[in-house]
Amino acid sequence: MDVRVIAFARVRELVGFGERVIDVTAGATPASVWASLETAAGELVGLRASTRFAVNGALVAGDAALADGDELALLPPVGGG
Amino acid sequence: MLVAAYIGLTSEPLELGALIAHVRTNACGAIVTFLGVARETSAGDERPVDGLSYEAYATTALPEMQKIAEEAEARFGPIGIALVHRTGALALGEASIAIAVAAPHRGPAFDACEYAIDEVKKRVDVWKREHYTDGATSWRANA
Repeated sequence: MDVRVIAFARVRELVGFGERVIDVTAGATPASVWASLETAAGELVGLRASTRFAVNGALVAGDAALADGDELALLPPVGGG
Repeated sequence: MLVAAYIGLTSEPLELGALIAHVRTNACGAIVTFLGVARETSAGDERPVDGLSYEAYATTALPEMQKIAEEAEARFGPIGIALVHRTGALALGEASIAIAVAAPHRGPAFDACEYAIDEVKKRVDVWKREHYTDGATSWRANA
């Protein structure tokens, strides 16, 4: 199934894309998607604890179930204002 | 009621006058405004800054800004509030965020404005990159 992954700030730079549709296996979670990204971008490991996940605009835990067509956002600590 | 919320993200320069126009009514005796402005230094870092860039996730940022406006209204209302964050590249001196709050009296207007900026800095999905004069850049999270 396809999940649209959106990344911001330092996370975006490390994964190398701001937005990408990724084909994931059934049962995938934000944490499993993150883990697969870590294999390609090792520096992500240090950012896992501070990064929040949102699915279709709502914050979720790392073990939330992803569904086909979901938009998964990887949200680092904020710096606005 | 004065209640009105004008929320936005924009890549265009921020204009306080436009925000004030959104909140002012004849029922308000006070309008408090706030501009966050790109500064030439960063706390705890000696490198000179020559610009900032911001990115935002509108999907979560706009609802959170709306929620903050509603919380400010619940705590300090009746108020009218306008809250707009800039995105993209900013030169020094340009405003990154503009807030205008109208209220019957100045106390609630000051309080609501301070509440809004404090909560935006904690909660809204906006990210800042500092650009230094030596060409380096760094993403800066709020403390």
